[in-house]
Amino acid sequence: MKVLVAMSGGVDSSVAAALVKESGWEVIGVTMKMWKGPGGEAPTAGCCTVADAEDARRVAAHLDIPYYVWDYTDEFMSGVVDVFIGDYLSGRTPNPCVECNRTVKFSRLLAHADALDCDAVVTGHYARITAEDGRRRLWRGVDPGKDQSYVLSMLGQDQLARLRFPVGELVKEETRRIAAELGIRTASKPDSQDICFVGRGDYRDFLAEQGVDSAPGPVLDRDGTVLGFHSGVSSFTIGQRRGLGVAVGARRYVIGIDPDTAAVTVGSAEDLEIEEAAVGGMSWVSGPVTGFLSAQYRAHGRAVMSEVSEAKGGGVRVRFSEPQRALACGQTLALYRGNEVVGGGIIESAA
Amino acid sequence: MFYLDHAASSPLRPEAWEAMAPFREEIYGNPSGGHAVSRRAKNALEDARDLAAALLNADPLEIVFTGGGTEADNLAVKGSAFAAETPGGIVTAPVEHDAVLQSARFCGEAGRRLSLVKVDRDGLIDPDEVASHVASRTGVVSIMMGNNETGVRQPVEETVRAAKASNPSVSFHTDAVQGYVSERVDVDALGVDMLSLAAHKFGGPKGVGLLYVRSGTPLQPLIHGGGQELGRRSGTHNVMAAVGMAAAMAALEEDRDRFRARTAAERDSFESTLSALVPGVVFTAAEAPRMVQTSHVRIPGVLNEVLLVRLDAAGAAASAASACQSGAATVSHVLEAMGMTPAEARECLRFSFGWSTPAGEGAAAARLVAREVEALR
Ligand SMILES: Cc1ncc(COP(=O)(O)O)c(C=O)c1O
Repeated sequence: MKVLVAMSGGVDSSVAAALVKESGWEVIGVTMKMWKGPGGEAPTAGCCTVADAEDARRVAAHLDIPYYVWDYTDEFMSGVVDVFIGDYLSGRTPNPCVECNRTVKFSRLLAHADALDCDAVVTGHYARITAEDGRRRLWRGVDPGKDQSYVLSMLGQDQLARLRFPVGELVKEETRRIAAELGIRTASKPDSQDICFVGRGDYRDFLAEQGVDSAPGPVLDRDGTVLGFHSGVSSFTIGQRRGLGVAVGARRYVIGIDPDTAAVTVGSAEDLEIEEAAVGGMSWVSGPVTGFLSAQYRAHGRAVMSEVSEAKGGGVRVRFSEPQRALACGQTLALYRGNEVVGGGIIESAA
Repeated sequence: MFYLDHAASSPLRPEAWEAMAPFREEIYGNPSGGHAVSRRAKNALEDARDLAAALLNADPLEIVFTGGGTEADNLAVKGSAFAAETPGGIVTAPVEHDAVLQSARFCGEAGRRLSLVKVDRDGLIDPDEVASHVASRTGVVSIMMGNNETGVRQPVEETVRAAKASNPSVSFHTDAVQGYVSERVDVDALGVDMLSLAAHKFGGPKGVGLLYVRSGTPLQPLIHGGGQELGRRSGTHNVMAAVGMAAAMAALEEDRDRFRARTAAERDSFESTLSALVPGVVFTAAEAPRMVQTSHVRIPGVLNEVLLVRLDAAGAAASAASACQSGAATVSHVLEAMGMTPAEARECLRFSFGWSTPAGEGAAAARLVAREVEALR
């Protein structure tokens, strides 16, 4: 068995590499450089720093495996960051990690694994894959606090058959313990942020840094009365309560964003409630599933019992058993049966 | 194992190693001190300077030892741009090594006038075009001798003449870090005012280099301190490394004819074998003047990052020539300036031969590359 391990320099992928190496497989380590600073240089803070690659390189040396850094900054920019910015400009709430996994990370790694005669790609994700009758099943990771199956919900059989997630069987403390035992440099490194390129700040600061200009427009209430004006749609997400710039008596939330007119509509908490969502671009682990499933639309959100039915154009309709707030178009919705992922798609409309 | 990355760094020549042996015990003093122990170190340093100067046809006091090629380039570019006696403008080319280019950009950001000349599809500059950028405001022109990625040899001699005809007081610098490996350097024949060398490219130790500075050339020091190197580069000398470098230079000169014949033969048989075995392979700037030891190739349809991993596993060390600090192959500014698309640049690899390349390695390496390309196509 020969495998390609995606190493970020963090604890999880370092331990993943160590575990596969220990099991006697032939291992090649790679770091995918996804993000560069505004001037094109490697960032010194946030993700994809020179230091991260150095950490990964040290771990690889420690494990005595060959190690390479591959530059995907252009692909990441066009496939993930531009989509992210475009989504905010059109009033959607994107999930760049899912997009990255789909368009950059797994597609490149799997293609390169083939080119390097590797049987599988290994990552440090907290999720589990099992095989049954020649088919793969995808499950939540053992550690509920770390589970990352949501961002993997758009992987299909072809990809799952060639992926391994060794740390999905572990809880985080075990991962750290193994890292410490192995003397891995990154044992006590903090977990990475959810959106690597945005870093610790707010996505709005990131958009500003990227020089994104979005259209100013009116702030309306439900019946179209102009309550005020805002300076750009990209500063708003569905469910947002702060920074609306309008003074009305009751609490107001963003309930709608119209990219064409740049109008931001605000309403009460009840107005925010969503009972049903249309989900498109579906990807199924093992073919379409309908009926009672649980739905999750945030990386670390709660899964909600729902009734899923077929919709036109290959999408699904998801009826939630209880009204949802702050659900927005553009988000990924993952469907689970118990702890098993059955598929995922992108929320196209909600009512 | 095929070592095909001499342009990145070459193994230490035995002569350099032997010259440095006395530093294990006998020579340890600070060369700037006033006693017998210091004198031994000072003498070793000055012997190295005399030797290096003689080999370049320079005066010993025109040699400034530096911490490598990058530092020499920085000193030449920034040191000229910030010298009080010059107007500070810089003319250089977009295919220069980052040590020159980033230094020039830094000066540009600090308010110095920066002009980048055009290059043709082979990456060659045009001496007259360079001269046309040289104005009364220009303090320094920096045009490299041999390109570290493609191996192209710039017409330095003609460019010096053309630039000086535009403005006789302009300083001319050449980065000869690669060019010197390939051919003998006579600073007067080249006509340059400053010239950078890096020892590790020709069998000396890493982290040491020199800048030749023609007497009378205005230069602002960048490293201030105790005033070593006539104030042009402060800091206690790396005496051992300077001695190793001078010994490697002497060994290189001694070995010059054999080196040129061997690397040219291996490079040529590498290229002819590869073109016979790999359909579609393109050698960059094959028709332009090139250094004998470098082959830069594009293999359409094959990503360099993948091929390099396969070559590494198969025991061949080559490179994509442009790598960022993390080691990732990046789309090279040199190839971009030559008009290559990013997709084409990602199909390019550099193979470079050196003093320790054994006979027959060129063809054998090409067969290995062809086999790995076959597996990918
Ligand atoms: C043309 C050229 N200039 C400058 C340098 C930098 O030299 P050094 O590695 O000694 O800093 C190199 C090598 O990396 C080079 O090839």
